[in-house]
Amino acid sequence: MGQVKTQVKGRVMGLNGNEAVAWAVKQCNVDLVAAYPITPQTIIVEKFSEFVANGEVHTEFVPVESEHSAMSACVGAAATGARAFTATAANGLALMWEILYIAASLRLPIVMAVTNRALSAPINIHCDHSDTMGARDSGWIQLYVEDPQEAYDTTIQAFKIAEHPDVLLPVMVNLDGFFLSHTLQDVHILPDEVVKEFVGTRKPIEVYVPYLGKKVPLKLDPEYPLTFGPLDLYDYYFEHKMHQIEAMKNAKRVIKEVNEEYAKISGRKYGNGLVVPYGLEDAEVAIVVLGSTGGTVRYVAKKLRKEGYKVGVLRIRAFRPFPVEDVVELLRRVKVVGVMDRSVSFGARGGPVFLEVRSAFYDEKEKPIIVNYIYGLGGRDAPPSLIESIYKELLRIAETGKVEQLIKYVGVRE
Amino acid sequence: MSFTFNIKELAKQPPKLLPGHRLCAGCSVPTIVKLILLAAEGPTIVATATGCLEVATTIFPYTSWNVPWIHNAFENVAATASGIEAAIKAMKRRGAFKYERVNIIAFAGDGGTYDIGIQALSGAIERGHDFLYVLYDNEAYMNTGIQRSGGTPLGAATTTSPAGKVIPGKMQHKKPIADIVVAHRAPYVATATPAHWADLMRKTKKALSIRGPKFLHVLAPCCRGWRFDMHLTMEIAKLAVDTCYFPLWEYEKGEWRLTDRSLVIAKNPKLKKPIEEFLKVQGRFKHLFKPENRHIIKELQEYVDMVWEDLLKRAGIK
Repeated sequence: MGQVKTQVKGRVMGLNGNEAVAWAVKQCNVDLVAAYPITPQTIIVEKFSEFVANGEVHTEFVPVESEHSAMSACVGAAATGARAFTATAANGLALMWEILYIAASLRLPIVMAVTNRALSAPINIHCDHSDTMGARDSGWIQLYVEDPQEAYDTTIQAFKIAEHPDVLLPVMVNLDGFFLSHTLQDVHILPDEVVKEFVGTRKPIEVYVPYLGKKVPLKLDPEYPLTFGPLDLYDYYFEHKMHQIEAMKNAKRVIKEVNEEYAKISGRKYGNGLVVPYGLEDAEVAIVVLGSTGGTVRYVAKKLRKEGYKVGVLRIRAFRPFPVEDVVELLRRVKVVGVMDRSVSFGARGGPVFLEVRSAFYDEKEKPIIVNYIYGLGGRDAPPSLIESIYKELLRIAETGKVEQLIKYVGVRE
Repeated sequence: MSFTFNIKELAKQPPKLLPGHRLCAGCSVPTIVKLILLAAEGPTIVATATGCLEVATTIFPYTSWNVPWIHNAFENVAATASGIEAAIKAMKRRGAFKYERVNIIAFAGDGGTYDIGIQALSGAIERGHDFLYVLYDNEAYMNTGIQRSGGTPLGAATTTSPAGKVIPGKMQHKKPIADIVVAHRAPYVATATPAHWADLMRKTKKALSIRGPKFLHVLAPCCRGWRFDMHLTMEIAKLAVDTCYFPLWEYEKGEWRLTDRSLVIAKNPKLKKPIEEFLKVQGRFKHLFKPENRHIIKELQEYVDMVWEDLLKRAGIK
């Protein structure tokens, strides 16, 4: 987290990641929260239900009978012009799958917090990224946070990013289950009015409708008949996908802009919004990582740098859109890069983050050796000692130029 | 509550489902939708489940819908409607929605209601959202080409319950979907057909005058799936009622009432026609008239009689 000077005074509260998300949603003028409980997400909706029950928000809370209906209700609400939020994890996200694509393709700026949790079977309630990595092609923007403070900040930013006229895509705010969802931190909470001014109220974009002969706000409104979600076959479907592709490109710019704007009101900044680098100016080896492990990796990197090792970290905050340019620019002069994946793509040559990073370098003349470490499945801990052993191995590869194992599974019994 | 309808006056109203859609000639669904939307006065938002109606009325860049309309997916129209209704409540609280009352109407077929959509429907009713759910029941998955559903009646041949040498059509009865909704204590539940149009419109008006979740089960004869000539659609709907295969009733606050033709039959039981009258005009039941399958007709008649007698008791007629 970068520090920027600001005049705004908020307050500091001891919150876990889930509560931090609930506080952010409370301050963002959200019209509809539709959600279903699932560990480790449940605290978000419990906390939010308290705000509703105590009349602290104008929000309508819909306690749906499944995650599938949670996302379906969000789609209905967002199409009506409302600001909509939900939260889930693992199997809940899997149950939503069908509607994730529909939300993104109908260009509805829904925000969802996902407390990352391993997918069944075997059933497991602890953290890995198998849930959201499976949803990476659904058309949602994916932001992965490092601590409860960032969970709060990113949830607020998410509404602004999602509703930007050049984006209009739903945003997933990903926080590691238990590591962040249930871990207390001093979280700086901005004053309500500062957040309200920052996110404003949702204003659906205006579109020209030929049969009405005028521009109207894009929403379900009894004043004019608009059709949402029609049948769309080979003659137009592809063009509509091109619009989504374009919006995802625009999202890179908007995520950066919102990160800057947010720094002005909060004093907090997360790299350029897409990536958060550390020590890469002179690093010989670097680790690429997502989420809460980023903190552990940085801690180890600091220690090793004090010992004279030239090591660095690139924490990827935006996995979708994937920041290819930043990754290449920041890592091109590094000798060896170890990509840490907290999920598996069965049958693929490495984890999802590894595939992205390696693919980003294919056309580059100057490129590092890139290896993959798959770790932490089902909540398996990634202690500093594990990270240190990875750094030491990367340094060995840098010295010898030899890679013995391209994809390594670490912290697992043989 | 009584309503009178002047058909000439109604015909002058701009239709809310416009011509040019691609539903089959002889399909009862556009008639059902048009009648319901004619009866729905005031601001209206419509949500539709995946199915014949959605596919045939909206191919991009065209739409037949002259009301705000959304299609989300197959099994979730009730959840989508929940979201619309809840969003409007919240938007009103912050002064961002100007209408005092909006008709929120969900349309879904039998597949989207009896089977894949029943969870979302049950949840939405339990939560008490203010909306009208319309089931247009053509008694099979017609959009994918006539596969059996929970709404397909005993003996009917479909492409997944064909009339084979060993298994002569569907071997299970139709799920009593409207009773299931009544069991939720929904404030208003009714059955209707497009042939009994004034009854359908009156029930729509009544439903929309009541707050909370309402359910209209409308029989939707399908000439392609039921195998009858396209000019017979309304005749078949009438036969469904005349044989008491599909009685017309409404449920409100713990009370059942028979309506329209079904009330007439209840008062004059001689008017009740045998189930064969309904079956013999449809190709999907053709095989039941073979000697070896006749017992299925008997079984179906017994089932219809049992449901009818039960309904008469519930309506306080017996």
